[in-house]
Amino acid sequence: MTLWLMAGLLFTPLAWAVLTLLTDFRWGRWVTSFGILVQVLVSLGLWLTIARDGGFYYGLGGWDAPLGIELRVDGLAVTFVLLTAVVASACGWHAGVYIDPDKAWHRYFWPLFWFLWSGLNAVWLGGDLFNLYVGLELISLSAVGLVALGGKAAALRASLRYLLAALLGSLAYLLGVALLYGQFGSLSIAGVATLLADNPAPAGSGLALALMVTGLSLKTALFPLHQWLPPAHGIAKSPVSALLSALVVKASFYIAARLWLEFGATIGSFAAAQLVGLLGSAAVVWGSWLAFRQQQLKQVVAYSSVAQIGYLFLLFPLTYSVSEAVSLQAQQGITLQVISHGLAKAAMFLAAGNLILSVGSGRIEALAGVSRFLPFSLFSFGLAGVSLMSLPPTGGFTAKWLLLQASLGSGQWWWVAVLLAGGLLSAAYVFRIYRASFLERPETDRFYHPPRSLEVIPLILALLSLGLGLASEQVLSVMALPFEEAGAP
Amino acid sequence: MMLSVWLPVLALMTSLLAAVVIFALPEQGYRLRTAVNLGAALVKLGLVVVMVWGVFRGVDYGVSFTMAPGVAFVLKADALSMMFAGLSAVLWLLTTVYAVGYLEDSPNRSRFFGFFSLCVASTMGIALAGNLFTFFLFYEMLTLSTYPLVVHRGTEQALKAGRTYLIYTLTGGAVLLLAIAWLQGVAGDLPFREGGHFTENDPALHTSLIGIFVLLVAGLGVKAAVFPLHGWLPQAMVAPAPVSALLHAVAVVKAGAFGIVRVVYNIYGVEASSVLGVLEPLAWLAAFTILYGSVRALWQVDLKRLLAFSTVSQVSYIILGICLFGPVGAAGGLVHLLHQGIMKITLFFCAGNYAETLGIHRLDEMDGAGRRMPATSFAFTVGAFGMIGAPPLAGFITKWTMGTGALDAGMDWVIAVLVLSSLLNAAYFLPILHRLWFRDPPRQWPHERRWGRLETSAWLYWPTLVTAVVTILAGVLASLPFSPLSWAELIVLREYSP
Repeated sequence: MTLWLMAGLLFTPLAWAVLTLLTDFRWGRWVTSFGILVQVLVSLGLWLTIARDGGFYYGLGGWDAPLGIELRVDGLAVTFVLLTAVVASACGWHAGVYIDPDKAWHRYFWPLFWFLWSGLNAVWLGGDLFNLYVGLELISLSAVGLVALGGKAAALRASLRYLLAALLGSLAYLLGVALLYGQFGSLSIAGVATLLADNPAPAGSGLALALMVTGLSLKTALFPLHQWLPPAHGIAKSPVSALLSALVVKASFYIAARLWLEFGATIGSFAAAQLVGLLGSAAVVWGSWLAFRQQQLKQVVAYSSVAQIGYLFLLFPLTYSVSEAVSLQAQQGITLQVISHGLAKAAMFLAAGNLILSVGSGRIEALAGVSRFLPFSLFSFGLAGVSLMSLPPTGGFTAKWLLLQASLGSGQWWWVAVLLAGGLLSAAYVFRIYRASFLERPETDRFYHPPRSLEVIPLILALLSLGLGLASEQVLSVMALPFEEAGAP
Repeated sequence: MMLSVWLPVLALMTSLLAAVVIFALPEQGYRLRTAVNLGAALVKLGLVVVMVWGVFRGVDYGVSFTMAPGVAFVLKADALSMMFAGLSAVLWLLTTVYAVGYLEDSPNRSRFFGFFSLCVASTMGIALAGNLFTFFLFYEMLTLSTYPLVVHRGTEQALKAGRTYLIYTLTGGAVLLLAIAWLQGVAGDLPFREGGHFTENDPALHTSLIGIFVLLVAGLGVKAAVFPLHGWLPQAMVAPAPVSALLHAVAVVKAGAFGIVRVVYNIYGVEASSVLGVLEPLAWLAAFTILYGSVRALWQVDLKRLLAFSTVSQVSYIILGICLFGPVGAAGGLVHLLHQGIMKITLFFCAGNYAETLGIHRLDEMDGAGRRMPATSFAFTVGAFGMIGAPPLAGFITKWTMGTGALDAGMDWVIAVLVLSSLLNAAYFLPILHRLWFRDPPRQWPHERRWGRLETSAWLYWPTLVTAVVTILAGVLASLPFSPLSWAELIVLREYSP
């Protein structure tokens, strides 16, 4: 059973990528909808299996490390696999209606979409450093292609910029991997961790970790390496922006987090952890401020991603030389932040796309008075905004609560200020948009209601991010399941 | 048995579902929307009555589940929560009736009533919350659901008021969250419990407990409009009259005051708070706010702004009451939670009636309005005398009980505050009454509308009269069981002998 699930999970996206290469956009849509169904069922099945039996190592094709590809199928990984299935299927569904099928180059949307999905799964499940690199490259290249689908000159500029940043990040990461391999002779994360546990860390391994984390931070758009993100996410088609903000930046962060949790305690240092946390905090403040200053709706959402990503990097200081309980709280908080931001940001981008479609302009002022028409999308946008402001009862709130507890518990109270201020700053930019929508002016009298299916998708995602807050205990319980170490090298 | 689990959930869900249904209904569905609204309000009132009876007999209503690691979502009905829930349910019904009439033929009604129901659902959640975490959940939901009501008119002024409102309340919320998280770190997840949790506390904890208390009160004080955190309240007066009525009588300011009551009684415990020495400063602050609000009210020319400053003053009676260390004073403070709600909503209904019927907004336009609108002016007079504390109205019961409580507790200075505040209340309310009844009406009202036989629309007329009559009855029948005073005494009895 598990074998089939794994096979389905890893090979459907690749198979569908190839399949949709052969079709035009309309056919691709039909083919894709079947693939999405398979992916969702398989992801859900895997999640349920892991929730029941606990995680395991999986040697692809029966070949174990160091020869074969080793997959680490644990609670955290399958949770992200499921998140990917939810967000990607929503974006795929949305894109099928939203994207204009008559432009010839849009047919490449589906293959890129599927390559992206397979790359994401590879990263969530990857157990060794080189395969993670391959997964990352697959993600980056298809993401760049998706941004370029925007078609205009600005989109091409943004995607080129994105490509350069992504390549630079990959190079730094690869350099770190090479250094680590030279020192340990192993590429498996678990293998290196075992070696580290038994022997003192060799000189220079700090540099390897620093290189890898820096490269991954660039790909995650951590302040001050965030410049490439807003143009790329702002100009892409809304479903693409949703995919990029909700999932793609999380993949590189996920690798950085895994590396830190495995190696940080031995190779890392307090100063480095604090520095990363500090950059994250700066991202929260600076990203929110810039989001507040934007005139374009989608730019607000894009800069908000810069800010929200900043929170994730608090994982570094909050798990370094703290008690087991505090570290667990921090990890749970960050996991929830990843999930809830993924759901909420996808909802927000999709809803923003609908609103732009409705009023015919991407500017915030164009929203004056649209709340009069009670658009569904505004409501979804608002719900997602509540999660970004980390107000209860959303997943964002539970995440913030856990991080607050972790900050207070570890004695690093200065992060408390960041967490609280971050919530208020995000309220500032979210309410700026609500404010516009409540304005009573004569201008906005025409309002185009987009097709219902476009409106329902962001609503579902926003409701999920809301429900996550109420059910976070259940979601988090899967994350901390016992892990079967039998397959570990 | 199942019923005891489901009743609080149902009471919460009625308004929540009403909100969802109303959002889904088309803007033109006037009759259906009104029916849904009133139906839900009636159902809820019924559920609350059943629960009040149950709590009186000692039934435990409650439900809880773990929401996040270490904290639970708890709904629980105790005597104190039923006081607030009852107020919310009664006033929701009356205010809905009033709002239907007030917003007749105005745009965006679907949006308005949707958020109105959400706002009431939040107050219900605040009432039934069983720990600080759950309380905070609904407290923030209240902020979010009242914002669209405050900015409902969509004018620049309304949006500006909305911004001020958000800056105050969201910052207050952040401070409150910090306090709750800190408390959780110090003592774990504490359910609200009669008598509190810190009766025998570790002296080593004193500093952090005092710090947490200050933060809690600061966070809650924003909504309770305690000086100097009251700045948003007079500005929020741009909202439509039913919103101001609800905001002042039950929703926002009361949520803050109710939270402070919860913290003092059910988290710290009166005795522990007194040992920590936090009650006396709070009492001084409340006393200052009482006088400050009244003094500021003296200089107002706009009726609704005057009422806003009067609210600033009146809500602090509740806080002052619970700071009086003794059962009698406490009952006085708690009963004001209901009394102020009823009296203030009467006054706001009247203000709305004057504005809708005659176009009156300023005090100097009110000359002779008593002849044109006798029933409304009667209600206004009842509310005003109630606020001043004239016997036998509700406000008198409050002040009398608090006064005796203060003497019992040996805090004689409180009597002076009460007397001075009553004089100030008289100083700003009596001139209005004089204008209403003893001056000649102008030849033409600023903006007059007529509705057949009654002096104003029936939707506006009856709720105003009902609340005025309740104000009288709450005073006259104070010694009967289930009167606000008896219920407050029940709460105090359970608090002081847990």
